Amino acid sequence: MNKNIERTVHLEWKEPNASYDVIIIGGGGHGLATAYYLATRHGITNVAVIERKYIGAGNSGRNTAIIRANYGIPEAVRFYQRSVELYAGLENETNRKITHKQKGLLTMAHSEAGIRTERARAEVNKAFGAETVYIEPDEIKKICPQLDMSGGGIWPIMGASYHPGGSTAHHDRVVWTYAEGAMLRGVHIHQRTAVRGLIMNGDRVTGVETNRGSISAGIVVSAVGGHVTTIASMAGLRLPIRTHPLQAFVTNRYALQLKPIVMTADLLTYASQTAKGEILIGAEIDRQPSYSYNSGHHFIQSCTHRAMTVLPFLRNLRILRQWTGVCDMSPDYSPIMGKTGVSGFYITTGWGTWGFKAIPVGGEQMAALIATEKTPELIVPFSLSRFAKDRTMADRGSAGTH
Amino acid sequence: MSIQITCPNCGQRPIEEFIYGEIFNVPDTITELDERDFDRAFMHDNPEGPVTERWFHSHGCRRWMTMCRDTRNDQILEKIIIDK
Repeated sequence: MNKNIERTVHLEWKEPNASYDVIIIGGGGHGLATAYYLATRHGITNVAVIERKYIGAGNSGRNTAIIRANYGIPEAVRFYQRSVELYAGLENETNRKITHKQKGLLTMAHSEAGIRTERARAEVNKAFGAETVYIEPDEIKKICPQLDMSGGGIWPIMGASYHPGGSTAHHDRVVWTYAEGAMLRGVHIHQRTAVRGLIMNGDRVTGVETNRGSISAGIVVSAVGGHVTTIASMAGLRLPIRTHPLQAFVTNRYALQLKPIVMTADLLTYASQTAKGEILIGAEIDRQPSYSYNSGHHFIQSCTHRAMTVLPFLRNLRILRQWTGVCDMSPDYSPIMGKTGVSGFYITTGWGTWGFKAIPVGGEQMAALIATEKTPELIVPFSLSRFAKDRTMADRGSAGTH
Repeated sequence: MSIQITCPNCGQRPIEEFIYGEIFNVPDTITELDERDFDRAFMHDNPEGPVTERWFHSHGCRRWMTMCRDTRNDQILEKIIIDK
């Protein structure tokens, strides 16, 4: 793994200091982006990212790399639209390639209820800064000729919302680019360093215990994925998070172009084409809360059947690889960011099955919180305290699978 | 390779035939009734390790059963007991 990274970006590994101004637990996209924006936007560089395996080993290396802002509630549209824009400018800013490609996203409706949902999505998107239009079957077919508009005779495609900002990128390159950008500015990244406990001074978190010794910190941030409740419990913090596996698979190379990202909410499946031409397919989480990375036969059986209903060309492709990530699912399918009520301890979690698209904005906003100690307006709706205040950001229909 | 649950009535069946039922453990340290309700409504233990949980055999005998599963590897640790 490291040889491949070294060909793409320049990373230098250092020994951990005894203390840092900021420690970020979790070397995935969110943790690394937070470090990057701390360094580049706020000049805060006495920072360490602590990763128990290798950077991007968790969900950042296991997702289907979809970038979009076509959510159903204003708070989410504003938030994810910011990320779409940050992703679009990332290659220019860092002078590194992340294989970013804007290709448009079709979210299809197979019923009257689906039509209503997609029409509403288009209006909410437009009102809050994202570009999405509702389109009819003839236009859908023009955008994606491979679609079986009859939906196998059972799930006819009756309409769709089309989101031009829908994009894909290479998930590992995003991780490596943020890591390098942070490192170049003096941030330390410590791989194979596992946090075993949090150091508390009275009520305040003042550092971490790791397998390589104690490290003290002014602020500790958890940017951990599926294993977040374990970290939070070290601070005596309970979270509304349940961890579920999410599987995905990729096919061999498809000779033609699958132009847009194709999503069908009713069938809970979506497909996109990678830079290598393979078709990358995902669906819903497993029903059991689990930390196991085992993939299963049922997922393949169910997901392929649904995907082939709308994209019959898949019949002629082979499955190359299947894998799993473990998702931190929140009650309202929205992220949880900001202060935790525990002094000196911030969190960015609840990224469930929707985290990859938010890596830039998540990092940018957490960095602003750390630098100013004030929760930025864009992420106030996603505070941990919202559940107690009965202000949940319910948007499951938009977050559903990715 | 999929997870199989050995239903005491129906035998070994795929997990897709069952519906998950979490057992909520509100910490004893939370004493105020409203706070206990809030914890029960939103919070999860979500442990990495053995957890006691319930599954409903929706596509089979339609009975609730209790078991202990290790969430790190999905191994079922103890005999599965059907509700009386």
